[in-house]
Amino acid sequence: MTLPGSILPLKLIDLTYAVDGQKLVQNLTLEFTQGPKTLILGPNGAGKSLTLRMAHGLLKPTSGQVQWQQRHPQRHQAMVFQRPVMLRRSAAANIDYALGLKGLGKAEAAELRNEVLAKTGLSGIATRPARVLSIGEQQRLAIARAWALRPQVLFLDEPTASLDPKATRAIEDLIETIHAAGTKIIMSTHDMGQAKRLADEIIFLNQGVLSERTAASDFFTSPHSAEGRAFLEGELLL
Amino acid sequence: MNDFSQAFSLSLDLIFSLDARLAEIVLLSLRVSLSAVLIATLIGLPLGAALATLRFPGRRTVNAFLSSLMGLPPVVVGLVVYLLLSRSGPMGSLGLLFTPTAMIIAQSLLITPIIASLARQVSEDLWGEYRDQLTSLGCEPLRAVPTILWDGRYRLTTAVLAGFGRATAEVGAVMIVGGNIDHVTRVMTTTIALETSKGNLSLALALGMILITLSLTINVATFMIRDQVKGESL
Ligand SMILES: Nc1ncnc2c1ncn2[C@@H]1O[C@H](COP(=O)(O)OP(=O)(O)OP(=O)(O)O)[C@@H](O)[C@H]1O
Ligand SMILES: [Mg+2]
Repeated sequence: MTLPGSILPLKLIDLTYAVDGQKLVQNLTLEFTQGPKTLILGPNGAGKSLTLRMAHGLLKPTSGQVQWQQRHPQRHQAMVFQRPVMLRRSAAANIDYALGLKGLGKAEAAELRNEVLAKTGLSGIATRPARVLSIGEQQRLAIARAWALRPQVLFLDEPTASLDPKATRAIEDLIETIHAAGTKIIMSTHDMGQAKRLADEIIFLNQGVLSERTAASDFFTSPHSAEGRAFLEGELLL
Repeated sequence: MNDFSQAFSLSLDLIFSLDARLAEIVLLSLRVSLSAVLIATLIGLPLGAALATLRFPGRRTVNAFLSSLMGLPPVVVGLVVYLLLSRSGPMGSLGLLFTPTAMIIAQSLLITPIIASLARQVSEDLWGEYRDQLTSLGCEPLRAVPTILWDGRYRLTTAVLAGFGRATAEVGAVMIVGGNIDHVTRVMTTTIALETSKGNLSLALALGMILITLSLTINVATFMIRDQVKGESL
């Protein structure tokens, strides 16, 4: 299962996150392997963001474990947030900054940066201040910045939640490209259409509890859990 | 009333003729306060940013202490520095009492907590926005300090300006450690105090107008920076 040098599989073991005794994520046990695009689906407040943040190491679980297969897994993963966080500098400098933290030299960083800017269609706006870009461009830049790090695993937390359909499409295409280049995609969404377009497998969360984990082809035709079924039907009614 | 209008027109004469005595006092004031601001900025900005990003036991206490130092009475700072620098004090051998250096030390002590506290507030806002992303990129809290200082550079300017405003306006500290010696340690505020009590209103008024202009300039600059930061999400 474990490839040499790979930080996968990622194991979440009995993960719980509680605030004031209230369990917001409850006894979650999951394994993420190299390969399929994993979509975490669930209604607002289901615990998707908390789960991703714990898996990525941004949030300490109240109990349970996050297990990777290498000693320094942090270097090999990246995360894209719902609202892009842009440093107050140019688009290019945003990527350079991330590469600098990884210890890359200036020349090497510039080469890598130009490559991801080109691949994400951002070469033309490289010198603009990142914070004057449209939200769609900012999110593409956030993905470019994450991608430049050559992560083995890319977490994305509802990356298109505040975007229009066209910008959403651009992000989804990028995610497919990054997946095809060999990066494991673990992404949350509450958008059924998006899950249908992108997912290889679905992890369905509801009120902090895992309802089911199902191949995408099965989930949308015959979900195993009552919650999954209700969610699908609710969506169809809309 | 006639006295007043006479003093007023005399004071304008002093200003517009670039009176040598007036210029000497203004320049010394600027030298002392700008030096103090430089020192307080070099210490206060990194300190404020580090207090925003680092998590350590007692952090709240340190922050509360720093905030309370913001309101330190200048005379008390002056007294403490006086005791340190007086001939029998621990640093008496340096012979710094009643020199501009002593005034710079006193003003630095007075405004470092101001600049650090304001810098901490600005930095906390920025860190709140950046923390997840920077942590994700592998940036340790200490490494984030220069990032915060650079990205907050416009907003942090307002902290530095506040420190400068406070330094130029205070009387108590420089009066005590400088001694208000003619041609040596006489700055705008201490001269105003002295000349007013002597009834020499024209010089006092001239200095007062310069001081007010300086203070207004600082406030307008602060306002403009705040406005700019809001508008362009700098
Ligand atoms: N620090 C916190 N303190 C208290 N409650 C919290 C905290 N963080 C999250 N929650 C709550 O935990 C629940 C799950 O939050 P989470 O952000 O993971 O949901 P989500 O599935 O990502 O939802 P959305 O689709 O709206 O992003 C929510 O009800 C939220 O209000
Ligand atoms: Mg969320």
